[in-house]
Amino acid sequence: MSLLEVEDLAIHFGGVKAVDGVSFTVEEGEVFSIIGPNGAGKSTIFNLISRFYRPTRGRIRFDGQDITGLAAHQIAPLGIARTFQNIELFDHSTVLDNLLMGRHTHRRTNFVQDILFLPKVRREERAHRQRVEEVIEFLELEHYREKMIAGLPYGVRKVVEIGRALSIGPKLILLDEPASGLSVEESEEVAFWIEDMRRDMGLTVLMVEHDMGLVTQVSDRVLAVANGQPLAMGTAAEVQDDPHVKAAYLGTPEEDAA
Amino acid sequence: MRFVFKTSYDRDIDLHKDGWSRARIALLVVIFALLPFAVGDYYLAEAANTLIWALAGMGLMILVGHTGLPSLGHAAFLAIGAYTDAALMNAGLPFLVSFPLAGLAAGVFGAIVAIPAVRMSGIYLAIATLALFVIVEEMVIILEPITGGVGGIFAPSIEIAGIGFDRYANLANFYWLVLAIVVAVTWCYANLLRSPTGRSFLAVRDSEVSARALGINVTATRALSFGLSAGVTGLAGGLMGHFIGFFNYEAFSIFISINLLLVVTIGGLGFIQGAFFGAILITAVPQLLAILRDGLGGWGVDISAIPGLDTAIFSLILIGFIVYEPAGLYGRYLKIKAYFTLFPLARRDMFRRNKTYVKTERMR
Amino acid sequence: MEVLQLLIGGIATGCIYGLVALGFVLIYKATEGVNFAQGDMMMFGAFLALGFVNSGHMGLPFLPGVLLAAIVMGGVGYGIDRVVVRQLFGQPQFSLVILTIALGFVLRFVAGTIWGYTPVVLETPYSGRSLSLGGVIIGYEDIITILVTGVLTLLLWAFFAKTRLGLAAQAASQNQMAAYIVGVPVQRLNSIIWGLSGAVATIAGVLYASKGAIDPNIGLLGIKAFAAAVIGGFGSLPGALLGGILIGVVEPLAARYLPSGISQMSPYVIMLVVLVTRPNGLFSQIQAKKV
Repeated sequence: MSLLEVEDLAIHFGGVKAVDGVSFTVEEGEVFSIIGPNGAGKSTIFNLISRFYRPTRGRIRFDGQDITGLAAHQIAPLGIARTFQNIELFDHSTVLDNLLMGRHTHRRTNFVQDILFLPKVRREERAHRQRVEEVIEFLELEHYREKMIAGLPYGVRKVVEIGRALSIGPKLILLDEPASGLSVEESEEVAFWIEDMRRDMGLTVLMVEHDMGLVTQVSDRVLAVANGQPLAMGTAAEVQDDPHVKAAYLGTPEEDAA
Repeated sequence: MRFVFKTSYDRDIDLHKDGWSRARIALLVVIFALLPFAVGDYYLAEAANTLIWALAGMGLMILVGHTGLPSLGHAAFLAIGAYTDAALMNAGLPFLVSFPLAGLAAGVFGAIVAIPAVRMSGIYLAIATLALFVIVEEMVIILEPITGGVGGIFAPSIEIAGIGFDRYANLANFYWLVLAIVVAVTWCYANLLRSPTGRSFLAVRDSEVSARALGINVTATRALSFGLSAGVTGLAGGLMGHFIGFFNYEAFSIFISINLLLVVTIGGLGFIQGAFFGAILITAVPQLLAILRDGLGGWGVDISAIPGLDTAIFSLILIGFIVYEPAGLYGRYLKIKAYFTLFPLARRDMFRRNKTYVKTERMR
Repeated sequence: MEVLQLLIGGIATGCIYGLVALGFVLIYKATEGVNFAQGDMMMFGAFLALGFVNSGHMGLPFLPGVLLAAIVMGGVGYGIDRVVVRQLFGQPQFSLVILTIALGFVLRFVAGTIWGYTPVVLETPYSGRSLSLGGVIIGYEDIITILVTGVLTLLLWAFFAKTRLGLAAQAASQNQMAAYIVGVPVQRLNSIIWGLSGAVATIAGVLYASKGAIDPNIGLLGIKAFAAAVIGGFGSLPGALLGGILIGVVEPLAARYLPSGISQMSPYVIMLVVLVTRPNGLFSQIQAKKV
């Protein structure tokens, strides 16, 4: 059974068919990338899986469970974490607190216990901190631990966002353009981390990315979409050679002539 | 500059980062506790008033400062607290029962009305809270058997285990009672901020979409924040009722809501300390004006003839803060502190605000 | 007959709410800010007119006096934006709410200091006279209120639909950044809109004052007008006017036919119902933020 099954997914905004009949499955332990030109509907697919949007048609199953009818906040507890294309961190908190916020799905105390700070709360806090420290070590964020997000450089914020997603302790992580805006060195680093996430943490990765270098380097399979519709699926090389994909990126020969 | 060497995660989990900071807070509480021996009744009453305002300010701070939700109607929760407490005591319940119930009533009411309200965004929520306030005000007038209607109601004097805590007969006792409640609530508030609940409030404040993606139920979190905020404000209302002694609906007017906003904004949004700084300012300004009035009277200038001067001065202070120091008094205090601890390395632009186009709430 | 009488009076009052609400919406549409001082600007405008017109003060003829008041108030509005509000650029929306509340208090204080806190009456050539139509008695001031509101609405519509400035303002309200890039002086435009809403507030204030005495606290009417703006959906000018008229009509009817206390609550109850069922108002123009 596949970890994530997306079946005939579609969403229409008014007359615009942002996503129209996309189906794919992601196997456990796989790195699966979605590519496509701007406005192809890649991020919309993510927002549909995160339940920020309600699909017009289609089904999404995770771990055998139908998640199409769940609310957005019910997704993370299942083990699906995500990052955002335009970083959405908690700007007025420290890196440490941002990562601790990622532990929300694991809280076992209620607000009354929290307010009285019962010994149980302290025990839980220590455990959360331990998990977060593992993430900090993995992403080499020690230096920034107590820095406010608002003052951090772009590249570091990008990493913190991945860290926050990892703090959830997910089975599946959705990375929305993890390398956009990063330098060559930084995106190399991202490639290594993705490898490590899969190998050491046993994570499944679903990624939207423009950087074909990164996609080719880490992906097992690639899905190309354009205008909300699937074009081709296969290994990175296969997809890049697909005539439909070439046409979508470069324009069809007829258009060139005209 | 002091450095803190951390050897355990507990150092970060603890309320104070070291013994020195713990000692400072303890010293502050001791000074406050000894106040009745140092000042006369007039200033002691003012101190009690300041503490009550700080309590109400903390209530609003939870909502505005830490969850990022506006409220223009918090006087409604003060009123609910004051009337519930007074009505229950008049019905024969002791203060120790009626007071927590008053907070609970305000809190539950706040949480219930919040559930539909918090689905609205920014400005609409502000307006809804304003409407809520007007409705509560009218309800106070309509529910005359309980509230005394337009005529008003007496807050009975407090007695715990045979000891009197009346605001006039035993002012020192009343002051200590208020201080104890404020200390307890402040401790709870500080605990809240270092716990998962507090973090979820901050998460909702700073990025709603991220909060959702992390599994935080935004509506429930906001309703909880609203409830806690209303509850604390309700407690302050109960004390305020006893402090005023006799009150009607006019004691909790729209101006009180605005003053509360002033407390949190001028004090410094997002800091517990801000509520205290703001409360001190709002109770001190009328005193300073009175002193000024007497002083100027000696020079033949009579400013007591100008009604509404207090409010106007508050408003100008508020405008000044919003324009020049949005971080409030506590923010200014932090900057001055940073300047001296880093001296002579502080740079002018260290706290420069980033001016950017506001993220629009509209999408077309 | 009685219902008809209440209805006409209600529509006239509603027009005043509507005009104040229009001021809110003008500023909101242009700047995405909410001016909680709108009610106090109305109050201040009314007092300015009183200062120019009343025989005890400057004693100008009525129409020139009112026009002068509207112009001065337009300047005050322009100035408030230019000097204070513009400083808030980049701060959260809520800062402006608190700021304008404070500005309202300042206006109230200034008015109270100049003209006193006891109610005074604006001398108009038409107040107190009435028209009797088949048993229904209609005050001149009600007729004039409704007429002036109609004319003003048409003028505002013409301004936004026909003039260069109005079109630029519309463009800026759609997308400030884009308008700025194509050369619309967005900041100056915002100040002009503030001025315009100050002038509209003055007209509303004069109409209000012709129905009875005024004191510096009449600005609290702004809260009711606010409810009107919300009921109409904050982004819509005709919506604001309709919302105002709805409230104006419901209030006297509720006072006449429902238990006491309900009437005072009615605008807010209607508003809450609208907010809960249609969180963005009846004529919504606001949608969820894009991720």
